[in-house]
Amino acid sequence: MTALLEVEDLRVAYGKIEAVKGISFTVEAGQVVTLIGTNGAGKTTTLRTLSGLLKPVGGSIRFNGQPLGSVPAHKIVSLGLAHSPEGRHIFPRMTIEENLLLGAFLRKDQDGIQVDVQRAYDLFPILGERRRQAAGTLSGGEQQMLAMGRALMSQPKLLMLDEPSMGLSPIMMQKIMSTIVELRDQGTTILLVEQNAQAALSLADTGHVMEIGRIVLSGTGSDLLTDESVRKAYLGED
Amino acid sequence: MHELPQNLANGLLLGATYGLIAVGYTMVYGIVQLINFAHGEIFMTGGFGALTVYLGLGSGTSMWIALPLMLVGGIVTATVIAVLAERFAYRPLRNAPRLAPLITAIGLSITLQQLVWGFYPKAKSPRVFPSLPGGPFHLGSITFQSADIFVVVAAIASMLFLAYFVQRTRTGRAMQATAQDPDTAKLMGIDTDRVIVIAFILGATFAAVAGVAHGLRYGQVSFDMGFVAGLKAFTAAVLGGIGNIYGAMLGGIVLGVAESLAAGYIEKIPGMSQFGGAAWQDVWAFVILILVLMVRPQGLLGERVADRA
Ligand SMILES: Nc1ncnc2c1ncn2[C@@H]1O[C@H](COP(=O)(O)OP(=O)(O)OP(=O)(O)O)[C@@H](O)[C@H]1O
Ligand SMILES: [Mg+2]
Repeated sequence: MTALLEVEDLRVAYGKIEAVKGISFTVEAGQVVTLIGTNGAGKTTTLRTLSGLLKPVGGSIRFNGQPLGSVPAHKIVSLGLAHSPEGRHIFPRMTIEENLLLGAFLRKDQDGIQVDVQRAYDLFPILGERRRQAAGTLSGGEQQMLAMGRALMSQPKLLMLDEPSMGLSPIMMQKIMSTIVELRDQGTTILLVEQNAQAALSLADTGHVMEIGRIVLSGTGSDLLTDESVRKAYLGED
Repeated sequence: MHELPQNLANGLLLGATYGLIAVGYTMVYGIVQLINFAHGEIFMTGGFGALTVYLGLGSGTSMWIALPLMLVGGIVTATVIAVLAERFAYRPLRNAPRLAPLITAIGLSITLQQLVWGFYPKAKSPRVFPSLPGGPFHLGSITFQSADIFVVVAAIASMLFLAYFVQRTRTGRAMQATAQDPDTAKLMGIDTDRVIVIAFILGATFAAVAGVAHGLRYGQVSFDMGFVAGLKAFTAAVLGGIGNIYGAMLGGIVLGVAESLAAGYIEKIPGMSQFGGAAWQDVWAFVILILVLMVRPQGLLGERVADRA
C-alpha cells in the first residue's frame, strides 16, 4: 500500500543556502506524524514546500499518488492538503466567520460549508461566540484555534500544523493539544511540526527529529519519547 | 462669500475625478505594495481611447450614443495597457527589491506619454474632446455643466460597484485576503496572480472613466495630462489612507475641495494675497497632505501599520 504522502530526498534552498538537505518520510492515512527539532532545522521550510509556497531544488513529493513538485500553491489545497502556518497568519481585518469561509474558498457545497462552520464552532466554542469580531482582535491562542479551524474547512485529507503551541500559555497549549488528539481520534491525518517535543511525541504515531536540514532520528512516538538522545536534546534532561 | 457654494461644488467635482484615479493607485498598492506611477498615463490613454472611438463614429453621431461607446473604447484601451504592463513589466519584478518596480513604473509612465506624443495623430498639442449637449444648469447659486453630472454619476456608480464587489463577491473576498496576507491566501486556494490582474483591470477601468470625465469637462485631452492628475490622485490615495478604496475617494474629495477653497479664499486673508489664486492651488493641496499626515500618518481612513502585519 502506498502512503498518503511520500517525501523522498527532498531538498529546498533559499538562494545558495540549502535549508532542507535531502529528507525522506511518509505519512499514512489516519496517522499522526510529527517533525520535531530545534530552531532553524528546516521544519517550516519543509511544510511550505509541501504547500507549494516554496519550490524544491531536488527530490520528490507525492500526495495521494500525484507528484506535487510543479503544482502551484493555490492548486494544492484542492488536492486535499491543508496548511495551518507557523505564526497563525489569520486574516486580521476579516471576521472570524469570514476567515473560516476563506478556508472553504474552493468548495461549492454551501450546505456542507455551513455544517463545517458549525463543526468548527463546536470544536472551539469561543470562535462561535466571537464570529462577527475582527480576527486580529483575538488572543494568540484564539487565533491558533481559528487557523486550525480554517485549515479544516477545506475538508483536507492531510492537515499540516506548524507549531500550533507556539507562544501559548500552558492552559491554551493543553487545549490545542487535546484538540489535536480529538481530531486524531476522529481519523484526521495530521503532519504536526512542533518544538514542544514532549507534547508532540506523546500524541504522534511516528516522529522524525530534524537537525540543520536533515532527519537524524525516526521512530514511533513512544520510542522517541524514551530515547536517551532525544530526552537530552529536546526534553531538557541531562 | 456668495461664491462659496460654487467653489465647494467645483472642488467636489475636481475631487471626484481625483478619487476615481486614486482608487486604482490604492488597490494596486494594497495588494502588491507597488506605487504604479504609470497609473496617471493609464488615465490619459483612457481619454485618448475614448477620443479615438469618437473620431471613428463620424460627426453626425448623437453624444448619447457616442458616450457609452467612448467609455467602452477608453476602458478597453486602458485595461489592455494596464494588463500588459502588469504581465510584462511588473510581474517579472514581483520579488525584486522595491526600487526596481518603482523605477520601471516611472519609465513606463514616460514611455506611454512619448508613445502618444509621437504616434497619436496631432497629439503634440492638446486634442479637442467632444462635449455633452445641454446645460448650463443652475441649482441655487451654483452653475454646472452636463459633464459635471457625468462626473457625479460616474463617481457614485463606481464607488457603489466597488463596495459591492469587494464585500459581496467571491473575487472581492479573494482580493481582501490577498491584500492582507498573500501567501496565506494561496494556502486557501486563491490564485493571487489572477487577483492582481483583476486589481489592475479595475483600477484602469476607473481611471479610464476619469479620463473621459476630464475630456468632457475641459474639452480636450493631452499626452501629458496624466502627470499632474496622477500626482494629485496619488496624493489623494495617501491622504485617504493608502490601501483603502473608500479612503481614496474621500482623499480625492478632500483634496479637490481644499484646492478649490484655497484658490478662492487664501488671497482674501490679510497678508496672504500673494499666495492665492489658481497658481498656488497645487501648493495648498500638498500643504493639506502634510498637515493631515502629521496628525494621522496612516491617512484619513488608513489602518495603523501594526494592524497590517
Ligand atoms: N525566507 C528565508 N530566506 C532565507 N533563509 C531562510 C528563510 N526562511 C528560513 N530560512 C533559513 O532556513 C533554515 C530553516 O528554517 P525553517 O524556518 O524551516 O526552520 P524551522 O525548523 O521551522 O525553525 P523554527 O523551529 O525556528 O520555526 C534556517 O536556517 C533559516 O534561517
Ligand atoms: Mg518553523
